[in-house]
Parts: sequence; C-alpha cells; structure tokens
Amino acid sequence: MIGKILKKFDDRFLKSEPRTGDLYAVAALFDTPDEIIHAAEKVSGSGYKRFDVLTPYPVHGMDGAMNLKPSNIGWVGLIAGMSGTSLAFLMIWWMVGVNYPNIFGGKPFFNLPASIPIMFELTVLLSALTLAGSLIAIYMKLPSNANPLMDTEFIKRVTSDKFGIYIEAKDPKFNKDEVEAMFKQLGSSSVSFIHEAVYEVGDTKNPLLNTKFLGALIGSSVITVVITYLVLNVLLFLPPFNWMHYQAKVLPQSESKFFKDGWSMRRPVEGTVARGFIPYEFAGMPDSMVVPTPNPLPVNQKVLDLGKKRYDTYCSPCHGFYGKGDSRLRGQFPVPPTLHSEKVMNWKDANIYHVITNGQNTMPSYASSISRDDRWAIIHYLRVLQRSQNAPDSDLEIK
Amino acid sequence: MSLDATYTREIPLVEGRTSFKEIDDVIAKPTETKPSIKWFIAIGISSTALLIGAVCLGLTFWYGVGLWGNNQPVGWAFDIINFVFWIGIGHAGTLISAILFLFRQKWRTGIARFAEGMTIFAVMTAGIFPAIHTGRPWLDGYLVPYPNQHGLWVNFTSPLLWDVFAVSTYFTVSFVFWYIGLIPDFATLRDRTTSGIKKAIYTALSLGWRGSNRHWQHYERVYLILAGLSTPLVLSVHTIVSFDFAVSVIPGWHTTIFPPYFVAGAIFSGFGMVSTVLIIVRKVFDMEHIITINTLDKMNKILLATGTMVGYAYAMEFFIAWYSGNPIEQFTFINRAFGPYSWAYWIMFSCNVFFPQLFWFKKIRRNIPITFVLVLLVNVGMWFERYVIIVTSLTRDYLPSSWGMYFPTMYDFGILLGSFGLFFTLVLLFAKTMPVVAMSEVKAVTEGAQPKHKHE
Repeated sequence: MIGKILKKFDDRFLKSEPRTGDLYAVAALFDTPDEIIHAAEKVSGSGYKRFDVLTPYPVHGMDGAMNLKPSNIGWVGLIAGMSGTSLAFLMIWWMVGVNYPNIFGGKPFFNLPASIPIMFELTVLLSALTLAGSLIAIYMKLPSNANPLMDTEFIKRVTSDKFGIYIEAKDPKFNKDEVEAMFKQLGSSSVSFIHEAVYEVGDTKNPLLNTKFLGALIGSSVITVVITYLVLNVLLFLPPFNWMHYQAKVLPQSESKFFKDGWSMRRPVEGTVARGFIPYEFAGMPDSMVVPTPNPLPVNQKVLDLGKKRYDTYCSPCHGFYGKGDSRLRGQFPVPPTLHSEKVMNWKDANIYHVITNGQNTMPSYASSISRDDRWAIIHYLRVLQRSQNAPDSDLEIK
Repeated sequence: MSLDATYTREIPLVEGRTSFKEIDDVIAKPTETKPSIKWFIAIGISSTALLIGAVCLGLTFWYGVGLWGNNQPVGWAFDIINFVFWIGIGHAGTLISAILFLFRQKWRTGIARFAEGMTIFAVMTAGIFPAIHTGRPWLDGYLVPYPNQHGLWVNFTSPLLWDVFAVSTYFTVSFVFWYIGLIPDFATLRDRTTSGIKKAIYTALSLGWRGSNRHWQHYERVYLILAGLSTPLVLSVHTIVSFDFAVSVIPGWHTTIFPPYFVAGAIFSGFGMVSTVLIIVRKVFDMEHIITINTLDKMNKILLATGTMVGYAYAMEFFIAWYSGNPIEQFTFINRAFGPYSWAYWIMFSCNVFFPQLFWFKKIRRNIPITFVLVLLVNVGMWFERYVIIVTSLTRDYLPSSWGMYFPTMYDFGILLGSFGLFFTLVLLFAKTMPVVAMSEVKAVTEGAQPKHKHE
C-alpha cells in the first residue's frame, strides 16, 4: 500500500523523458588510451577551449595532451599547513604560558619541545582538511549533480570502461557538424549529442529526490535530534550518570539525620566571638546610655563608596536611596520616618551606630549582617546624603 | 648478460587480461547482489561478539571500572593493551595506502582500499578504550582544550594529551584520504546501479564526479600530498602512543627505543590483520585475480621484515638493560622472560619472531593456509606484546613491597571480544556496501591501461 503510494510519487517526480533543451555538447567515446590521447591532442591543437576528457582513471600524459597548466593546489596545502603550525604554537603558548600558567615537573610554563607533537598534528590536520575541502569545492567545483552530462549513456561508459571527450556548444569555434566529423575521423566508436535538461515539474530527474532516500535522511535527522535531546536532558540525569550528584553532605534547608537536634552545623562554644563581630557594649540599652565615640573611619572616596554600597544593599529597601523614607517595599512593611529630620541630622554618629546595631521600634538589629566598619562607613555616607539633600541656597553663591 | 627473464619481467598486477567492465562487475558485485548465507553467518557471529562487549561495557558503566581486573599496582591493563593493539592494526592501512603509494609500489592497489577501511575501523575501535579507561566516559569532553567555566586548560606537556590530538588527527586524515579515494568509485557505482535508493545514495556520495581530466589533474596532486602528509602522521601516531610509556619512569618503559620499536610493531601487527581479513575476503567475494597471490607474497615479505625488526627490538632491549648497568632495568627484563609472566613473554616471542621466519621460504609465502595460520599467530603475538610490556612492568616496579599480580576478569575478556565484534561488524558492512577494491586504481594498473607511446 505505502509502497504503491511511494511508487506513484516517484513516477510523478522522477520521470525520465528525452531531453529537449538546447544542445550542451557533442561527446565521443573511444576504446583505448592511445586513441583518447590522440583525440585530446587534436582537439586542443585545433584551438577548442571548452572541452574536457573524461576517463575512468587518470591517463598518463593527458595533461600535456590537453595543454593544461600544472596544478597549483600544493600551495594551498603548504599555506594551510603552516597556519596549522603557527596556530597550534600560539594556542599552546597562550593557554599554558599566559592564561593558565602551571608548573608541571619544574619545567617552564610554556616549553617548546613538549608542544611539538601537537604542533605537528595540527599542521597535518589543517593541511589535509583544507586540501580536501578546496579540492572538492574550489578546484573541482563539486558537488555538481545538475551537469547535463549526468545520467547520459556517455557518462555511464566513461566512469566504467570507455574514454570520452566532449566539446561544449558554448565554445566560440563550435560547429555541430564539424565537431561530429572530427570525432568520427579520429575513430570514435560512438558520437552522441548531449542536450540540456528542461526543468519543469514532473520532468525533473534528480536522483536525490528519491522518496526512500529523502525519508531515510529526514528519519535519521529526526532520530539524531531526539536522541541528542534525550541524552543531554534525560539520560545524563539518570543513574549511573548522576551518581556524583548524590554526596554525603547536608543540603541547605534540610534536616540533619546525624545530630539529635536536627541541626547540621554545631553551635559555637558559649562566648565565642566571630572575627569582625566584637559584641556591642551598649547592646539592648536605651539611646541615652550611649557614650558618644567618634566615627573611627576617615572620610575618603573609598569609605564613601563602601558606605554607599552597604547603604543601598541593607538600608535603602526601607529608607529609600536618598533616605527620605520612600520605601521600595510598596507598603508591605511599615515605612520608616525620613533620615533628614532635625533629630537625625543632629544625632551624633554614635547614636546612628547604636540604632543600626541595636534596632529601634520595628527596625531589627543589623549587627549580624553588617560588620562594624561597614556600619561606620554607612554613617559617613548617610552624612553625605543629608548634606546633599538639604543643600542651602548659599551653595549657589560664588565664593 | 644471461639473466633469467622471469627475474626482470614485472609480474602483472591483475591476473589475466581482465577488461575494465569485468573489474567493475567483480568489485561492485557485493554491493549489487543479496549477501550470501556465509555473509549472514559471519555478521551474526561478529554482532554477537559486539553485543557481548556492549553488555560488559554497560555493566562497567553501571558499577564502575572496579569490575575490571585493574587494581594497584596494575592501573593500566586490558583497556590500554587493547588501545595500543587496535591503533597498531590501523597503521598497516596507512602504510599500504600512503607509504607504498609514495614508493610507487603498484601492487598496493588491490588491497589499499580495504586496508584504509580497516585503518578507520581499527582507530574507531581503539578510540573506545582510552575513553572508557577514564571511568566516566561521558565527561571525556574535558580532554579537549575548550574555554570553560572553570578557567582551566589541559596539560599540554602530557603525552596523554598528545595522544588525544594524534589519534583524532589520524582518524580525521585517514577518513578524508579514504573518502577522496572513494569518490570516483562511488561515481562508477552511481552509473551502474538501477535501484532508486542506491542511486540517490551514490549520487550524494560521489558529488557529481564525472572523471574529468581537469579534475583528475588536481585530484592526483591532492592524493599525492595527502599520502605525503599521512606518512609522517602514521609514524607520529605510534611514536606518541609509545611516549605514553617512554615519558614515564617505570622500568622497562623509560627507554628511547620505544618509538621505532612501537612503529615497527604496529606495522607488523597491522599487516597481520590485513592479511587475515583479505585471505577471507578474496575467497568469499571471488577476487582471487585482483587480490593476487603475488600480493600476499609481497605482504608476507613485509611481515618477515617487520617481524625481524621487532625481534631485533626485543634483543636490543635486553642488551641495553645489561649494558646500562641499571640493576632495576636488568631485573625487569629477566623478570619478563623468566618471571611469573614468562608464559606471555614466550607466546609473544615465538609468535612474533620465530614463526614469521618461515616466510623466508617462497613455498610458505605462497601457501594460503599456512600463511593464514601464521598471520593469526602474528595477531596473537602482537596482542601479547602489549600485555607483556604493560603488565610485567607494572606488577613489579621499584618497590618490592608494592608488587602484585594482575588477574583479568570476565568483563575484561568480554570487552576485548566486543572490540573484535565491532571491528569485524564494520568490516563486513563495509564489504557489503562499498567497493572494497579501488576500481579506478586497479584499472589504471592493468595491462594496456596506459598509452603506449608515452613512457612512464
């Protein structure tokens, strides 16, 4: 059933009809290498330019008979090979000498002797690939399945056991009858006229449009895509490929099965003090008890930059970027009063420090999240904010 | 000058006055006819072996490389033995197709294509082993220097990395060389076939080749240059494989003879395998007059030469061990020949050095059954050579307190069997679907194929 449908499709699109297009070339077949050499000499000697000799294997002396220039493709290989050498050299030198220097066995970071094997391999690799690619695509101009010679009786013989020569109709000296007579006189066993194919639907005869072939191509590409997807997204997350994902460790937000209290981290010994977090001496005391100490940090760009960074991170969500109490939390949390009030402006640095460390009203303590120096830096930055947001008119006067 | 005419006359490369058409018919036959029952039996056996290997490999992935016999002190065992063995097999193909091409040895034409195919399949088989040797082969992408989130690059001073480059370059270049050679033959098959799907496939593969002399001109030049590139390449590959050993400090490995010794051994083992397969193929596909007995005779001469070179290397290793005055080195070699693994050593020595000496006799060189037995022995012997080098040196190195024996497990043997299964399955599929003899090259060397008035 399916076979019948496919057959119908193939018949429709792959109909082989006699070609009716313009004359493309006159072609002749010869039986022996000596005859073809002679014919090639005669044709090139008569001044024809657009001709070609087709043989099942390279015939010695044909280049001379056809009057061809020697192939210069060797230069392509040489240049590609030398690029391979230098690219490999630069790659290794940059990777191990510059980008990721490591000591292996006390040798220099980049050492030439150890790089030679790879330099050699890449020379060969680049040279061979460039040669093959340029041979096919540039020198032979393949693939070219649309050539009118394809699928003629002529080409079927020259890829097997005969020697063929043809002269294109586009050749300036071309004359159909003259060429035919010349080939016959040279002793050709068969002279044929090759016509261009006319491309119309139902008339094309492209062997690549075979349904089975196309089906196999599409099928295999779909299978490849599906398999690649499954391997990368499913298989690699199944055992045994995921066994490194499971390790004997406690993940965040999970309970320890080892300790009775369920905590995976042990609490530090009573009285332990973390680095940079010396306990605050006025912790829990009212504001009035604070003994004002001056801000220990100098005022400079570095401190102010740090203060801005910390302020923007920790303070600005509620107090706003300019300290005006313009919370960014859209009313999800009580809005604090402005930091530009008389009270805060007149506060000593130590008072602000006390509030940050101790918390006030609904504001919690930030002692555990902002280090001491950072808190002092925030205060310097807050002073900058207060000064800049409350600029007096006198700032505009020219002094 | 009264020389016997038979010594000066070139023996015809293709027996009989075969016409071009007959050459095509014989070579294209396997691709055009339904395979015989013999072929199905053969591929049944080889794919069964492949399946056994695949199961053992799957179990290895599941449970880890602990299933293998590898353990301290023998961390390199069957995996690396098989890798070196198969890479070596590949070398004969390149030697036949490239080096003999450069030396204008026309007798190579009948076997070159097949040998090139075997190179590719052998390198594919070999490539599996270093990959699975890493234990987690799905992470092997780290072997390639690519920009990654770790900010790391590979260690360019390690021979193991050189191996990555050498083997992948070797595979790529061999493949390109093979394909370039196949284009004219694909065109011949394209113009012969009557089946639509085959026509489509051969049309795609032959790229519209027409046999134009304007193409042949560049084609021949590229073929010559590729042969010239492959020649140092093939020598470099086994040299770099030998660096894996020679650059280390293990006694018995740290020697300068390793590169030439490995290359000679590789060619020797490769010719052994090519002969083994060709003897079967020429029989199965009736190609006795294209792959002639003269060709096999010449291959046996190369086997004799390389086998003797390998024998020289064995002797030289012993001499240098004694001459160096290094007691550890001396012990290692005495241990090889007379220690617990002496059985392996003598299997290797007899298969590689003694038996190939029979090829001095013309009668034996031209006797197919005896040749077949001898080349099988070469295959066995060369596998054991790698076994001896790797296992004996590792089981007993500098510290007697850390000595230990090596015992392979059934998984090791299963994967070894599987590698043969993979290789022969690929060879059989190749023989069925592609021209196993280069038609265009064979035609060019038949009698009367080149013009008479032009001298060579």
